[in-house]
Amino acid sequence: MNSRHIAWAVGLAALVALPFVYREPYHLHILVLILIWSFAYTAWSIMGRFGLVSLGHGGFMGVGAYVTALLWNHLGVSPWIGIPISMVAAGVLALVVAYPCFRFRITGHYFVLVTLALSGIVLQVITATRDYTGGSLGYTPNRAPSGKGLLALQFDDKTTWYLIALGVWVLGLLVWRWVDRSMSRYAMEAISEDEDAAAAAGVNVTAEKLKITLISALMTALAGALYCQYQMFISPDTVSGIAVSLQMVFAVIVGGLYVSLGPTVGAIITIMLAEVLRIRFGTGAVGWDNLVYGVLLVVFIIFLPKGILGSVMERFKTQPKKV
Amino acid sequence: MLTVEGLVKRFGGFTAVNNVSFRVEQGEILGLIGPNGSGKSTIFNMLSGTLVPTAGSILFDGAEISGVAPHRIINSGIGRTFQIPRPFHRLSIFENVALAGYYGQGSHSRAKADEAAERALGMVGLPTDRHASVDGLGAAGLKKLELAKALATGPKLLLADESLGGLDEHEMDQAADMLRKIRDELGITIIWVEHIMGVLMRVVDRVMVLDHGEKISEGLPSAVAGDPRVIEVYLGTDADSSQAAAAEARRKAGV
Repeated sequence: MNSRHIAWAVGLAALVALPFVYREPYHLHILVLILIWSFAYTAWSIMGRFGLVSLGHGGFMGVGAYVTALLWNHLGVSPWIGIPISMVAAGVLALVVAYPCFRFRITGHYFVLVTLALSGIVLQVITATRDYTGGSLGYTPNRAPSGKGLLALQFDDKTTWYLIALGVWVLGLLVWRWVDRSMSRYAMEAISEDEDAAAAAGVNVTAEKLKITLISALMTALAGALYCQYQMFISPDTVSGIAVSLQMVFAVIVGGLYVSLGPTVGAIITIMLAEVLRIRFGTGAVGWDNLVYGVLLVVFIIFLPKGILGSVMERFKTQPKKV
Repeated sequence: MLTVEGLVKRFGGFTAVNNVSFRVEQGEILGLIGPNGSGKSTIFNMLSGTLVPTAGSILFDGAEISGVAPHRIINSGIGRTFQIPRPFHRLSIFENVALAGYYGQGSHSRAKADEAAERALGMVGLPTDRHASVDGLGAAGLKKLELAKALATGPKLLLADESLGGLDEHEMDQAADMLRKIRDELGITIIWVEHIMGVLMRVVDRVMVLDHGEKISEGLPSAVAGDPRVIEVYLGTDADSSQAAAAEARRKAGV
């Protein structure tokens, strides 16, 4: 047990204890949003850090949210079962899109374009099937009868949601760390540099890329489903589509692509930004956050490519030794 | 160990390799030479699965490997280096080799991978320090790393692609000795592609010469060095110079 472990344990204990001593609902609400989106951004970064830049994650998030809500409303399937089903659906979607890409070496910009189409398609499907999904007006899971809150994964108090979101956020960090320490990271770093050379080292390039994509898609769907259960209202604009995908890219790059807490820092910044704009300018500023994201994204890519947290941590880290 | 029959590779209307057949016996070092564009690297890329042959068969240890995915071929016991070293810059030297040890042997064991990396790095004479960066390596170091990566995959047959380009004479001799040491100590069969004839002739058991995708000569280094077709390909047809060149080639081959 070193000082790093102790810092994590103390920080985590403080986060768990927080809602029991501090109950301001609005602030807890912001924290829940930050934790859920941090988890989604972490999911994106698991792929993104290896150069698999996906603009299709809005699609996975939309599948997670809508499949869960539709199963509950139309078939009465509890989200406890509906969420795994929605994750499987997103996973299948990810494999269907990613396998041909990886098999036929669609990489770089072309991969980005394919995933961009995925985001657009999921958005269109949600809008087009408005008889079921409510289309662009949005969709609300049916309220569970009283006493059935746990079955329906619907909770009124913020503390419960805060703890659920915290748990999922920690899960995301653990997955990130597991990937970071696994041989898969070496393989993916190698693949991102040179697929032929990676194959010559014995790496099954297609399988490794699919594995990472699948993990990322499953996590993103879970984030979408939880967001739906928490907000009790979803619309194509908030959980799917290109804007959500771009927001993920922005948040992760601003926070830091190569550090475990980078996406979390990105979530804090994006959600605070959205809230400040909403409170300051109200409905007059709808969509401004996306404008600010766009400008900041360009600035960060040019001046701070490792993101805020990545750059700060680099100051404290010793440089790798040369031979 | 390796039997290649009627291997053909066409790129559109261009035939890069035309009906090439050869055998490699267990424990030998076969030299594969020829001018630029003669099809050497194309053959290597087919043997290692990077390219799918247009026609022909490649039997390795009795199994057909023509058109099989590269990682499967590597797992079945063929290791390869690239003509221009292709290290992974985001990984340390040790991690580069450990990656090959982990995935190349199909064992997927971290301990075995580290062990294979230690051994391979020791064999080629690179430091086994876990964090040393690839960017600190020069041309000779990068070639050694390339070789260490191939060795860590635990090959029975090593495809060494133009290991000596960009090295000075002393480094060339060292690299040639290294390949011989790999065969002698590890019992690994080697096909060595090179266009610098002299140093290759000194080490190989047999040599095969390609020109325009076709095999034009094969045999002992001494015989091949004197083959008029080989001399023509390498040095042109002028009578005087070709005789001089033949003598030079024999001298270099040490025969």
